[in-house]
Amino acid sequence: MATKTIRVDYIARVEGEGALDLTIKDGRATSAKLKIFEPPRLFEALLRGRGFAEAPDITARICGICPVAYQMSSVHAMEQALGVTVDGQLRELRRLLYCGEWIESHALHVVMLHAPDFLGFQDGIQMAAKHGDAVRGGLALKKIGNELMRVIGGREIHPVNVRVGGFYRVPRRMEFAPVEEQLKHARDLAIATVRWVATFPFPDYERDYEFVSLCHPGEYPINEGRVVSNHGLDIAVDDYDSEFEERHVAHSTALQSVLKRRGSYLVGPLARYNLNFDRLPADVQSLAREVGLGPVCRNPFKSIIVRGLELVYACDEALRIIAAYEAPDEPSVKCEPRAGVGHGCTEAPRGILYHRYEIAGDGSIVTARIAAPTSQNQACIEEDLCEVANQSLELSDDALRDRCEQTIRNYDPCISCSCHFLKLSVQRS
Amino acid sequence: MTPAAAARVLVIGVGNPDRGDDGIGPLVVRQLLGRVSSDVAILERSGDALALIDDWEGRDAVILVDAAAPGGTPGSIHRIDLLRDALPPELSLSSTHGFGVAEAVGLADALDLLPAQVIAFAVEGANFDPGAPISPQVAAVTGEVARRVAAELRCMGQQLAGEADHA
Repeated sequence: MATKTIRVDYIARVEGEGALDLTIKDGRATSAKLKIFEPPRLFEALLRGRGFAEAPDITARICGICPVAYQMSSVHAMEQALGVTVDGQLRELRRLLYCGEWIESHALHVVMLHAPDFLGFQDGIQMAAKHGDAVRGGLALKKIGNELMRVIGGREIHPVNVRVGGFYRVPRRMEFAPVEEQLKHARDLAIATVRWVATFPFPDYERDYEFVSLCHPGEYPINEGRVVSNHGLDIAVDDYDSEFEERHVAHSTALQSVLKRRGSYLVGPLARYNLNFDRLPADVQSLAREVGLGPVCRNPFKSIIVRGLELVYACDEALRIIAAYEAPDEPSVKCEPRAGVGHGCTEAPRGILYHRYEIAGDGSIVTARIAAPTSQNQACIEEDLCEVANQSLELSDDALRDRCEQTIRNYDPCISCSCHFLKLSVQRS
Repeated sequence: MTPAAAARVLVIGVGNPDRGDDGIGPLVVRQLLGRVSSDVAILERSGDALALIDDWEGRDAVILVDAAAPGGTPGSIHRIDLLRDALPPELSLSSTHGFGVAEAVGLADALDLLPAQVIAFAVEGANFDPGAPISPQVAAVTGEVARRVAAELRCMGQQLAGEADHA
């Protein structure tokens, strides 16, 4: 039996380092291995023995794109372990900080990393010469997201103002005035971005995914909610370990997370949208319908439109929070160390991020566990790659390689978080 | 004092001080702090292209100080006019991020956001390991690179404090 190999040694335009091996035998793609070869980063081990209060700043260093997600999941887990509740304006401020991260991360991925796939450009720089306004809009959006993070977090990358119990300092109302104006402009840019990406040519591909996201009774999920799926999963975050497990696969330094009873699942914008469409404001729902999306979208390539809709939502939500903001009297709730176990799960731009900590009576961390979104999507990406390749076998090797990379980028993978980026090898027989 | 945002000329030390010789850019520009006029702003940056473009939008001239990939002579200094000369591939300015200095120039060019002058001083490094100290051969040229940046600023009409005699 002859086997043909197409290889991508390094997948571009994702965060981190990985490769892809695709094997095609007798005219069918039989295996796709997303090979994550970035060295393990051992964050869970280095957290052991550190103080509970250090977790948000240490885990933020896992990622330069989504540090807020790490800070939020860690503080929620620690507060649960310590029996502390953070609510009111402090809770709203956390949600506002997270909106900044969604805006900067989604804008970067939609415009600079993913859009070139649909328009046939090698990268965002080539695309900028032909689609200057769209790129300028994307960069302006990213800058405004960064600015929101700076105002609340002290700086845009690895914010320094988040602590277990709240913040070190809370902004005064007037500090939001400049960014509030910028967010109104950002909302217009986000709407234009949705209309632009909706005109892209999309491969005709759908799959019956198990979508997993948080679900909150009163809001589109960001910081809080139960873990739910379209296949009947509905659990408290505390029960995460009873339904999910991480497996080691030989070709990856990232663990692959699966549902114990059903296997792969999909997290991220598509899952949030499909499970929470009714929590989106009417104007965002209306924009979705205008660009041809119903309440459910199973085409992963259209995740670029959904990310755009979440950009609009994040701008709306940030403006709502700022309009109602009154600086709280205290920047944080007091947290005293005690022995306990805490779980936290929040919606990173690319999907749910789960943290679990066990802490000792003196507040030191005994064990830490972190399940990053890309680890959770890895099995699903590999299944997509096999199916997409089987629908695209008539393509040349170069075109097939491009389609596979595009398929991976549907997930906005952060390989650094899951352990770092991509090498594609296709074998055909 | 003119705010940094309004300065006409920008000097950026690019690099990560926690990655061995990648820290040469920040090390050099620190030697210029307090010696430049209000028309010159000094920044330290990680090298992320999008942040660089934000920084240099609206400036007349930008001078970048960055580490370059090892080329056999650690500490050797290269001056590159990024608007006139292609970045030699063997120098590929080392960024620990996906988009680096070359990408920033390409993107800013495509979007008509390039200042009239963009000069890079690239210093060949030897060791970029996380947590590593800067190599002695690279650290030894810090003063020389700072002098060459100062000379470049003089060519741009920018006098540095304490060197009027040499103008």
